[in-house]
Amino acid sequence: MSTELPVLKAADFGSDQDVRWCPGCGDYSILAQMKKALAAQGFPREKIAFISGIGCSSRFPYYMSTYGMHSIHGRAPAFATGLKSARPDLQVWVITGDGDALSIGGNHLMHAIRRNVNLNIVLFNNRIYGLTKGQYSPTSEIGKITKSTPMGSVDNPLTPLSVAVGCGATFIARSIDTNVKHLADTLQKAAEHQGTSFIEVYQNCNIFNDGAWKYATDRATKQDNVLELEHGKPLIFGAESNKGIRLNGLNPEVVELGNGIAEDDLLFHDAKAPEPTMAYLLSRMQQPEFPEAIGIFRQIDAPVYDDQLNAQVEAAQQAASDAKLNDLFNSGNTWEVG
Amino acid sequence: MASTVEHISRATIRFAGDSGDGMQLTGTQLTNTSALAGNDVATFPDFPAEIRAPRGTRAGVSGFQVQFASEDIFTPGDQLDTLVVMNPAALVTNISDLRSGGLLIVNEDNFVDKEFRLAKVESNPLDDPEMDQYRVIKIKMTLLTRTAVEELELSTKIADRCKNFFAMGFVYWLYNRDLQPTLDFINAKFGGKPEIAAANEKALKAGYNYGETTEAAISTYQVEKAKLEPGKYKNIMGNQALAWGCITAAKLSDKDLFLGSYPITPASDILHELSKHKKFGVRTFQAEDEIAAVCATIGAAFGGHMSITTSSGPGIALKGEAMGLGMILELPMLIINIQRGGPSTGLPTKTEQSDLLQCMYGRNGESPLPVIAARSPADCFDTAIDAWRVAAKFMCPVIVLSDGYIANGAEPWRIPDYDTIEKIVIDHPGERAEEDPPFLPYKRNEDLSRPWALPGTKGLEHRIGGLEKEHETGNVSYDPDNHEFMCKIRQEKIDKIAEFIPELEVDGEESGDLLVLSWGGTYGACTTAVTQCQAEGLSVSHAHLRFINPFPRNLESLLGNFKQVVIPELNLGQLQKIIKSTFGVDAEGIHKLKGRPFTVSELVQQFKELIG
Repeated sequence: MSTELPVLKAADFGSDQDVRWCPGCGDYSILAQMKKALAAQGFPREKIAFISGIGCSSRFPYYMSTYGMHSIHGRAPAFATGLKSARPDLQVWVITGDGDALSIGGNHLMHAIRRNVNLNIVLFNNRIYGLTKGQYSPTSEIGKITKSTPMGSVDNPLTPLSVAVGCGATFIARSIDTNVKHLADTLQKAAEHQGTSFIEVYQNCNIFNDGAWKYATDRATKQDNVLELEHGKPLIFGAESNKGIRLNGLNPEVVELGNGIAEDDLLFHDAKAPEPTMAYLLSRMQQPEFPEAIGIFRQIDAPVYDDQLNAQVEAAQQAASDAKLNDLFNSGNTWEVG
Repeated sequence: MASTVEHISRATIRFAGDSGDGMQLTGTQLTNTSALAGNDVATFPDFPAEIRAPRGTRAGVSGFQVQFASEDIFTPGDQLDTLVVMNPAALVTNISDLRSGGLLIVNEDNFVDKEFRLAKVESNPLDDPEMDQYRVIKIKMTLLTRTAVEELELSTKIADRCKNFFAMGFVYWLYNRDLQPTLDFINAKFGGKPEIAAANEKALKAGYNYGETTEAAISTYQVEKAKLEPGKYKNIMGNQALAWGCITAAKLSDKDLFLGSYPITPASDILHELSKHKKFGVRTFQAEDEIAAVCATIGAAFGGHMSITTSSGPGIALKGEAMGLGMILELPMLIINIQRGGPSTGLPTKTEQSDLLQCMYGRNGESPLPVIAARSPADCFDTAIDAWRVAAKFMCPVIVLSDGYIANGAEPWRIPDYDTIEKIVIDHPGERAEEDPPFLPYKRNEDLSRPWALPGTKGLEHRIGGLEKEHETGNVSYDPDNHEFMCKIRQEKIDKIAEFIPELEVDGEESGDLLVLSWGGTYGACTTAVTQCQAEGLSVSHAHLRFINPFPRNLESLLGNFKQVVIPELNLGQLQKIIKSTFGVDAEGIHKLKGRPFTVSELVQQFKELIG
């Protein structure tokens, strides 16, 4: 009899349920890369739980063969916090969208991140409300014409990664649904991180917001519009790898290499910087002025909420290993009635 | 020594003063001392929602009422035998509760023009001819306290803070109470500040000695030991009993306890209490809001903990959607509502029973949940355990109702022996192999409850959620017949709990002229009022509901045995509505919405009017 653990393949992480996303949806790719990432990490399937809110992305748990909960709109981080606090042995993923996480669930997202609960939060950003059939979302660009904004939206969008920086996230990353290798790799690194991992995935909604990320996914333009971050490396991008980001005062600027500008003049990525200043700067680089960064923006070690909560319980139990309820009941002033 | 000691069976005393005068502490000390002396006790703290309302004003008056007795009592008393007032505002807001001939003890030093203006009275209320009906004892408490602590050379401000101990000492003398328990308390609480401890001790003794040397009252009073059921007792408050009941229920079912909560009056003390007991495997999570609190609770329930959330009406409103999810997920948990005066923010520190309909029906869709209500502070312990028995057996959230009166009130609790409490057995399904038939997360047992499969168990991986599920498989289903079937079976499961809970007991005859049907915190007043009516030969019986959903299985037949049914409630007739619509019984209601419990006398009067 073999004592080796069975090796699970990506397909082993799929459930028997029909996937009901629209044909061509970016969610399919994220689902496939998630299965690959989980197979690669070798963590037991029964120890993994996916928690989601409401929205297209939040159907995700039904399509996985792990434990899962499709909860209520915006609250997935709170359910996940309760589960992870009670069961630190589990690997807990939160699947959410731009509406779920940043509109109705903004408060819970903020607090899960600032507590640094050991969760992996994957935000599918398609810049639109899909399941309710096409209203603008908190990441839609100003002037967005939708069913609920026939004359164009007038509210400023949120940048999900800037929000994460503001909440003190200890792991911040971005990837793209069609960049499959990068996505699988990013998910795996997120799972390895201790504390809240926050991953934004550019995801195309081909029905209500097709092409929202075209500039970052089209073969012809993506290399000029996307900058892949690597810790300790200079910020270089472009089809010819001839462009870079340099710091001018407190602001980034795009420069061309050559003509007296060398790699050493560029900004070097430091994902482990204690202060999140650079992660914030990178999160603010947006089209069309700048290339948009993908990869790991920030990855630092910090105390983890559920570890500390459970450590307090363990410490209290060790200090009073023979604690009896009868002692509690009989504590304080008591009297006998004969 | 006072000239005579009068033996009485019960006494009701209220301390009233500014929020900063330490009235709650004073009342609590008299309660504990009386309980230790073997009296039965019942308390009613009554304080403003503001932490420190402007000094000397009527809005800032804080009171603490205690009844102690040599017989079983169920309420903190109707009319006061003794009222202690620290300032004019306390006098004018409390005097109407003092019985004619009662003792009014006044801190005379505060009866000056400035205080009259703050209390918005035109002249000294003590000069009102109405005062002639009381025995007024004026004491210069501020001055006497300052003199008593003079040698400690404290600032006037600190010295004046001790005057509640002076008032306490005087009342201890009046009721022949032992100073020692309070001296012990002072040492324990102020031990780190020896000057403060010494000052409080001096003030307490000065108050006691003042009574003794001046023979201020004609007689002092002695309340003998009450004849409680034999056993060991301690004084317990409702929220503390509820917290201990939850810890006990978790241990009985071999579980850790998880509390998801957001601070709210009057429920926060449960969070405080539970956070002290980590050594019993208690995890407390102070969430970012009420919604996160209940959602984390559901998450921990999914993970296999005994999981609870605590709140009050406004918080329960916010939790509504998640409670519906908890219902359809069919996971066990307790949702504890310490009711307060509503609607909206309402009267945060006052009591009411007006969340019953909210808890019964306040969710979208067909979303039945069991509802159980505690009847008194000590009863909260058993209520928590009973609620968890139902939740674990029937796999559902259970709503536990308490209220501000029960939560902050105290009474003697007969200390149970943990080892004799019946265990709560929970079976979680075990691992399954690849070749086993697929796991069915919504396959029901004879109680119609589904298995509680824990994450981490190999072969039981499953997904649950708020979308309608297919019978047995739990897969998402939009099938019309399945939906109707599932709605009905979820309702049927809750209805079946009636087979598990005890029948309703009747205090008095099983049939007659009038049945008093009560629930929750009105138990004490109703019991006492019915006993009085019965002693007068009236045909009145009393039944008190612990479970409101489902009702005990014998309730319908019982209602039919009486010519009239009356339901006293601190709301506008919420149980009355449910009884009328469920059984077609034309029950009368007695309603009160004053932020205060029923008095016995008002109930007796109304029962008599109904009988005619």
